[in-house]
Amino acid sequence: MRGYIIRRVLSLLPTLFFASLIVFITVRLIPGDIIDMMLSQNDVAADALSREQVVAALGLDKPMWEQYFIWVSNIVLRGDLGNSLWQGSPVTEFLFARMPVTFELGLLAMVVGLVIAIPIGVYSAIRQDTAGDYVSRSFSILLLAVPSFWIGTMVMVFPSIWWGWSPEVEFVPFFTDPWQNLKQMIIPAIILGAALSAITMRLTRTMMLEVLRQDYIRTAWAKGLSEPLVVMRHALRNALIPVVTLIGLQAPLLIGGAVIIEQIFVIPGMGLLLLDAVNQRDYPIITGVFLVVGVAVMLINLIVDLSYGLLDPKVRFR
Amino acid sequence: MSAVMDNAVRAATAPRAPSRGILMRLLRDKRLGAAGGLVLLFMLFCGIFADLIAPFGYNEINMMERLKAPSWEHWFGTDNLGRDVLSRCLYGARLSVIIGCSAALLSTVISILIGVISGYMGGRTDMVIQRFVDAWMSFPGLIILIVVVSVFGPGMLQTILTLGILLGIDGSRIVRSAVVAVRENMYVHAAQSLGASSIRILWKHILPNVMPVVIVIFTTRVGTVILAESGLAFLGLGVPPPAPTWGGMLSGSGRTYMFQGPWLALAPGLCLTVMVYATNVFGDALRDLLDPRMRGSR
Repeated sequence: MRGYIIRRVLSLLPTLFFASLIVFITVRLIPGDIIDMMLSQNDVAADALSREQVVAALGLDKPMWEQYFIWVSNIVLRGDLGNSLWQGSPVTEFLFARMPVTFELGLLAMVVGLVIAIPIGVYSAIRQDTAGDYVSRSFSILLLAVPSFWIGTMVMVFPSIWWGWSPEVEFVPFFTDPWQNLKQMIIPAIILGAALSAITMRLTRTMMLEVLRQDYIRTAWAKGLSEPLVVMRHALRNALIPVVTLIGLQAPLLIGGAVIIEQIFVIPGMGLLLLDAVNQRDYPIITGVFLVVGVAVMLINLIVDLSYGLLDPKVRFR
Repeated sequence: MSAVMDNAVRAATAPRAPSRGILMRLLRDKRLGAAGGLVLLFMLFCGIFADLIAPFGYNEINMMERLKAPSWEHWFGTDNLGRDVLSRCLYGARLSVIIGCSAALLSTVISILIGVISGYMGGRTDMVIQRFVDAWMSFPGLIILIVVVSVFGPGMLQTILTLGILLGIDGSRIVRSAVVAVRENMYVHAAQSLGASSIRILWKHILPNVMPVVIVIFTTRVGTVILAESGLAFLGLGVPPPAPTWGGMLSGSGRTYMFQGPWLALAPGLCLTVMVYATNVFGDALRDLLDPRMRGSR
């Protein structure tokens, strides 16, 4: 097991290196005239910042490899992601303020997704090829096709027309008023979670079908155990192991979806931070969000893989 | 001698299931998938002939007809500028089809290139490429799109190129695993021992056998691209207005008028859902027919 952990953590290093290159190069692709555009667009700041200052703030005045080296060593040694171009405060400050919000939204959405997906997936498998199975399978393909921003838009529009109800616009942090915060977050989380549940539902069904055909399940039936006991205790526990991996695979989808949901419901998370930064062309913030999101996904996958090793003996001893 | 062997190799590589029966089997066994295919053809038709079918122009502003509810004259109603929503949806189909197909095509080509090189070369090349793909896949697609748009500005070409590269790198995993499976077949070893060049082996023996996977990737990608493009347009970062993108119609200035004209919120979302649903069921049916091994994998 220790060997597995060490190998898995080490395999993260080349991935991290490539990820940092992707972030670095993408943002360095800014064509020169964009800087002029930045200055002309934000004419308030244009007096305070000269072209050279912007170039220097972006670190574009040095050779490429040197820029990369400085950028990486600043992050690794000092946790410094640079300063916002317009507000001047460190990017990390923005990130620390926004990260918990997106994290909460993502966690809630994941829970909602699993709560929807697993019961339906199990039902679909133990009643294979019945009408219920077909309905739930078609439902899951439909969930894959409905864009979350459309549902979000309809949730904003129709309840307001019919009942005069609309979601709160002013965001309340969790630690200020947990109840009010959860009331605000639950609808966005359901919309985001429903989209994710489709894939989980299908995987749960497939895995359950596979497990239900195993010999030990036949033994359990032969012992005269009741259906709930066979399904829950014997089948589900084994069928859910691959579903855990899916959580890791869905992390990017979750964060991507959060950007759109945060925009609709005006939730001040990383997504809204990124969109605002894009509108203001605040590249240090864009780079910061880009990098943090990538690293977060890698860490989630690391945790998932390690817990997978704990859950599945076949992986542990390989 | 070598001609004989070559023939033997060729016989071994002949596809097991003849592909001409696909259409018949689709219609007979996969009714839902066939229906999805028909809907796709219909959308394609609408997109291509939008000029002829659409009752109005996509940007024909008529202030007298602002925010009219659906009627015989305007089936889907009109928007805040008095533009016919049905016409805008039809022209939107054109944009979706163009972006969907070209980005899916680009992504498939990229998937094949990366997947084949990585899968066939193996060893260190494979290792380096796969770590890069790992890194790439840890960034949410939408975030990469947003960052790229922030650098290059919004537009159709940017959207197609970014989505193509994005999904191309993602999909290379699937092609790679198919190539790795095919590479170990006897006929590939036979061709190698005959001294056939790598290019020849790839072109004649490997590529034809991963084709089913590639076709399935392409079909499912069309839906993914359309959804991603509309998400981007919804955020105001897609093809700029007045181009009638379905995602764009749900956002921007139209949003504020939805409370007076709720039909504005319905039509574009419905078009999107139907289109993506059709692509998904068609892709699923095609996958079941072409590549039984992948059944239930999604």
